[in-house]
Amino acid sequence: MTAVDIAGAIASGQVTAAEVAQAHLDRIAAVDDKLHAFLHVDVDGALAAAAAVDAARAAGEPLGPLAGVPLALKDVFTQQDVPTTCGSKILEGWRPPYDSTVVRRLRAAGVVILGKTNMDEFAMGSSTENSAYGPTRNPWDLERVPGGSSGGSSAAVASYLAPLGIGTDTGGSIRQPAAVTGIVGVKPTYGGVSRYGLVAFSSSLDQAGPLGRTVLDAALLHETIAGHDPMDSTSIDTPVPPVVEAARRADIRGLRVGVVKEFAGEGYQPGVEARFRDAVALLAELGAEIVEVSCPSFGYALPAYYLIAPSECSSNLARFDGMRYGLRVGDDGTASVEEVMASTRAAGFGPEVKRRIMLGTYALSSGYYDAYYGQAQKVRTLITRDFDAAFGTVDVLVSPTTPTTAFKIGERADDPMAMYLADLCTIPSNLAGNAALSLPCGLADEDGLPVGLQIMAPTLADDRVYRVAAAVEAEQVRRRGHLLIEEAPAL
Amino acid sequence: MASITRDEVAHLAHLARLDLTADELDHYASQLDVIIGSVARVAEVAAQDIPPTSHSVPLTNVLRDDVTTPGLTPQQALAGAPAAEDDRFRVPRILDEE
Repeated sequence: MTAVDIAGAIASGQVTAAEVAQAHLDRIAAVDDKLHAFLHVDVDGALAAAAAVDAARAAGEPLGPLAGVPLALKDVFTQQDVPTTCGSKILEGWRPPYDSTVVRRLRAAGVVILGKTNMDEFAMGSSTENSAYGPTRNPWDLERVPGGSSGGSSAAVASYLAPLGIGTDTGGSIRQPAAVTGIVGVKPTYGGVSRYGLVAFSSSLDQAGPLGRTVLDAALLHETIAGHDPMDSTSIDTPVPPVVEAARRADIRGLRVGVVKEFAGEGYQPGVEARFRDAVALLAELGAEIVEVSCPSFGYALPAYYLIAPSECSSNLARFDGMRYGLRVGDDGTASVEEVMASTRAAGFGPEVKRRIMLGTYALSSGYYDAYYGQAQKVRTLITRDFDAAFGTVDVLVSPTTPTTAFKIGERADDPMAMYLADLCTIPSNLAGNAALSLPCGLADEDGLPVGLQIMAPTLADDRVYRVAAAVEAEQVRRRGHLLIEEAPAL
Repeated sequence: MASITRDEVAHLAHLARLDLTADELDHYASQLDVIIGSVARVAEVAAQDIPPTSHSVPLTNVLRDDVTTPGLTPQQALAGAPAAEDDRFRVPRILDEE
């Protein structure tokens, strides 16, 4: 069932929210030992939230469009009194004293938060292997990664542990996991969803967004969490783009679609390129006008990102010092505060986080600042200009979401550069801040694994990515008779 | 440019307050060398006259009205502290002993 179906069944009294929550909790208990999508399952909290929805319905109160629908929340959002680890040992056992804005809005909408999902430590990674609590597995093939960093949420939604998930996307961490697990994932325009209570990795790039099995489900979740928040000074104070209306419209006749020339060729799996070509052909059949577009600076997005994001992370993660919350190591009464901080951080952070903190410290150090961080910021300007130029001639841009299907667990674990390539096509939209979505577009011939189509739209035109995705999804369902995710093997 | 020594990695680790082992320093020195060699490609871009972008949303001086709003109680703020005393965070010594 989709989130829309579930909400409808609850609203009409066919089923109670408590029954829906219990069914999902039962499925988590039955199969999540195979996947490890959840780090913490909040049984009591979920059942209480569901009971509140049932009570509201019984009292005749109006229910929102997602009231009673269960959700898997990435463990990077604070939720009051519920463990929040960010996949790190440094926050093991920490229970935040406040709700993030995303959680507050989910609660207000009657969404039932089932628990917190696994992730690469502090959202740094593309496979969820960097979690201090062990990897999550891809429901399509348990030997493979579910993408990352929001891999717990993608695995949960793809395996029907929850109809909806929340992720965060700093360089592709919603779209890439959605692509390799065969579901829909959206990075809203930067500033569209509040970052208050989202533990910061790279503040100028981090953006929360929805994961779902259908475009309309993702749109409803997007609308639920989006909107201006005075608690986040980078939150945009304009109306939320009409994403739900766009997902229902699903008509792209006359729309101009640009195919990004640079995102093809060496490094792209043949099966990914084949499914992408099919998707472009489908867009043309649906009445879109297809144009090839060149974005010459996109080739420098990956190196620019791996200077900007580590620089911001080296600063942001300085807060984990073992003084006010989280782990403290080596405080024996004789060690200085600096020694305790260094011991705590050495014990609490995993290898990828240490690597990025040092890379960022290097890029920001005097003598290197202009050549690395400063130059990367200029490249960021050029990438934004490439988008501006492209969106002067086309309405949306498309590319594969990620160059390959899900890779095997361990395959890229000790080769950071190979891992970083997973985000090649997604990073430009983080640097420029515009909206982007990943939609399943078929299975690769060579491995039978899902391939993602990325749709990118200008800043604040989030509705456009939903409109295009909904049109493609409707046609895929018409031809196949079902959603692609329904072809995933049973667990 | 784009070459990093083990000593530099040790210095970075000190700056970042990471107490790394000798093995970790060796490991990160070789990995960071590869990563920095790769990201140094940004230098190929002719960008002398290009303004830097620090942030994709051009916002400056976002202000709010100066009104009192509820905050955390001392008990809530200290609830996750590794050590607390007298409604304060208790920290290791910050000065060398006399």
